[in-house]
Amino acid sequence: MRDIAIVSFVQSDCVRDAGALNEVELIMPVIRKVLDNVGIQSAQDVDFTCSGSCDYLQGAAFAFVLGVDALGAVPPIKESHVEMDAAWALYEAVLKIRMGQADSALLYGFGKSSPGELPIVLSQQLDPYYLSPLWLDTVSSAALQARAMLDNGDITEADMAEVVARSRKNAKSNPHAQLKGDVSVDELLAEPTYLSPLRMHDCCPISDGASAMVIATVEKAKEWGKPYAVLKGIDHRIESHHFGARDLTKSVSTEIAAKAAGVANGPVEVAELYAPFSHQEIILKKALGLGDDTVINPSGGVLAGNQMMASGLSRVGEVANRIIKGEIKRGVAHATSGHALQQNLVAVLEGE
Amino acid sequence: MAELAAVVGIGQTKYQTKHKTVSIAGLVRDAALKALQDAELTWDDIDAVIVGKAPDMFEGMIMPELYLTDALGCNGKPMLRVHTAGSVGGSTAIVAASYVQSGMFKRILTVTYEKQSESNAMWALSNAQPFSVHLNAGAGGFFAPIIREYMRRTNAPSDAGIKVAVKDRLHGARNPLAHLQLPNITMKEVEDSPMLWEPLRFLESCPSSDGACALVISNEELAKQSPKKPAWIRGTAMRSEPTMYAGREEVSPQAGIDCAKDVYAQAGITNPRKDLDCAEVYVPFSWYEPMWLENLGFAEKGEGWKLTMEGATSLDENGDIPWNCSGGVLSSNPIGASGMIRFAEAARQVRGDAGDHQVDGAKLALGHAYGGGAQFFAMWVVGSEKA
Repeated sequence: MRDIAIVSFVQSDCVRDAGALNEVELIMPVIRKVLDNVGIQSAQDVDFTCSGSCDYLQGAAFAFVLGVDALGAVPPIKESHVEMDAAWALYEAVLKIRMGQADSALLYGFGKSSPGELPIVLSQQLDPYYLSPLWLDTVSSAALQARAMLDNGDITEADMAEVVARSRKNAKSNPHAQLKGDVSVDELLAEPTYLSPLRMHDCCPISDGASAMVIATVEKAKEWGKPYAVLKGIDHRIESHHFGARDLTKSVSTEIAAKAAGVANGPVEVAELYAPFSHQEIILKKALGLGDDTVINPSGGVLAGNQMMASGLSRVGEVANRIIKGEIKRGVAHATSGHALQQNLVAVLEGE
Repeated sequence: MAELAAVVGIGQTKYQTKHKTVSIAGLVRDAALKALQDAELTWDDIDAVIVGKAPDMFEGMIMPELYLTDALGCNGKPMLRVHTAGSVGGSTAIVAASYVQSGMFKRILTVTYEKQSESNAMWALSNAQPFSVHLNAGAGGFFAPIIREYMRRTNAPSDAGIKVAVKDRLHGARNPLAHLQLPNITMKEVEDSPMLWEPLRFLESCPSSDGACALVISNEELAKQSPKKPAWIRGTAMRSEPTMYAGREEVSPQAGIDCAKDVYAQAGITNPRKDLDCAEVYVPFSWYEPMWLENLGFAEKGEGWKLTMEGATSLDENGDIPWNCSGGVLSSNPIGASGMIRFAEAARQVRGDAGDHQVDGAKLALGHAYGGGAQFFAMWVVGSEKA
């Protein structure tokens, strides 16, 4: 099977409200930079383009169509779209390259969440007959999950605060982060609960922004003469939609994906996990079989800034950039979709 | 370089205005089970599921694949959701095929659907956006001016659209799954139906349907063991261009021309009218048959309407290149599934399993889908033989 190289990754700053900038204006700067990094001009210089976005963030059917307008697709391009995080766009591009229909691909994800009420909007991800009429939002379902873990004795509220304190601290070195700084566990625990047992800081912020990536066969990356990280394994799994049918304190789908992607085949120096709520990082760490020697979310993770539909791709990009810079040799990235970690993707990246 | 892949199971629901007795999950599961039965397989034989649907706003469900995983036996397996425009059914089949063609999976299930009776397409397509011109027109109003430009350029007779409307409904009357069953439809009846968007009349437009379509696609080894004849995937292609740009050729978009050339090259087709035995082409409004006949290279520029008028695309007139033997989009239109139905019906033809709308001895067939303002294209060619 053809090895795949991640050659370039760029993300915009996470901001609470991008104001008058529209989606095309969020996408264009990251596309320009990601192509410049490779030394190519346009979307016509790669064989395939794939994006991830969500119509409901924009409040319009076929929101991705405007995204395509940002590419300058004249002459026409080979292009596809997933209504998922762009990490799954990466997956679709991997299939395309492995089947030999492409040697290179441009991927991007974007979301402008600020105009709506994101947690409430995402309540419409649920079963349309039995669940979404209850307007159960994403914070509430995460709170149910955290409560189950606390009741189980799996975690304490201090464990959750520790995740947040570390995220804020790590984010200080991430120029794109929205929330950063030094804050102690005690200070965090002194904050009031927002939606018990979650405090506001246990929940990721709402961010506008976009990210983009260029991947290629290793041969093509060498031809470009750019340093790259190798995607050694990638897999994604989904589990039951019904909270009552799942053990919310575990992530079985992540466990299966981690095994299929080969997480345990070597040491994991860094893991970037898409954990929108603090307790979910603890679930994921266990599901991925990560030990205390793995640095988790050195970027601050999505607790420091969560660009919907791009954050999963950005986790992969964060690990890739550390490998490209020579900081680490092997790392793991994770992306999620749905309420309470229903669907998960795991990628393993290595240096040459 | 790609692994060989083939369609080994096809499942379709009946297409109708309302499926009152099933939920959305029930509708999708019905098509999936029929595809599994057709391939004599069970849920355990499936390695991954690919769901296609667009857009989420039609039924008001965000990322419906999250909810549909239980109904599609996908728990613990990979689930991918494809969302392109009206071409989504075709794009989904192509992405699903790539699961197998990449060598990463042996056998997958792919499903697309629309439950228009639980949705409001006209609303979802026409809501106002800041800083954009509000086009309160739906699809018919968008395409009508482009059709008028085609008529102006080609001097096509005004009844070419009417002829397509009749022809596809007569085809649909041979297909028990087709939504519209109009075995006695006449040119006069179409002509007398209300004008909706000049020159498109009510009976020259697609219906609004509920329905789902599913395919099981497997690798070469498993396809050879399959109980029924496989439809071998001989080529797949997708192309996109922007909605509007200076000099855009809207009557015959460049993306469609490029996409067809790509898929023909993969399948070894040099003369589509001669080399292909039939085609299932996305024709939601009657005039798009002559327009696509030219765009896809079946006719010279300006002459697509001649093939239509001489009956070349009609099964009932023993045409040499029948188009939309299933009745096409003009007979059934569950939007999210319509593209995949074209791909599935092309596969049925080369499997020799198309019932009363079978083209005798069909060996090579085209499946085609388009979407947006005719700027997104997805096509595949399937054959009764591997090469």
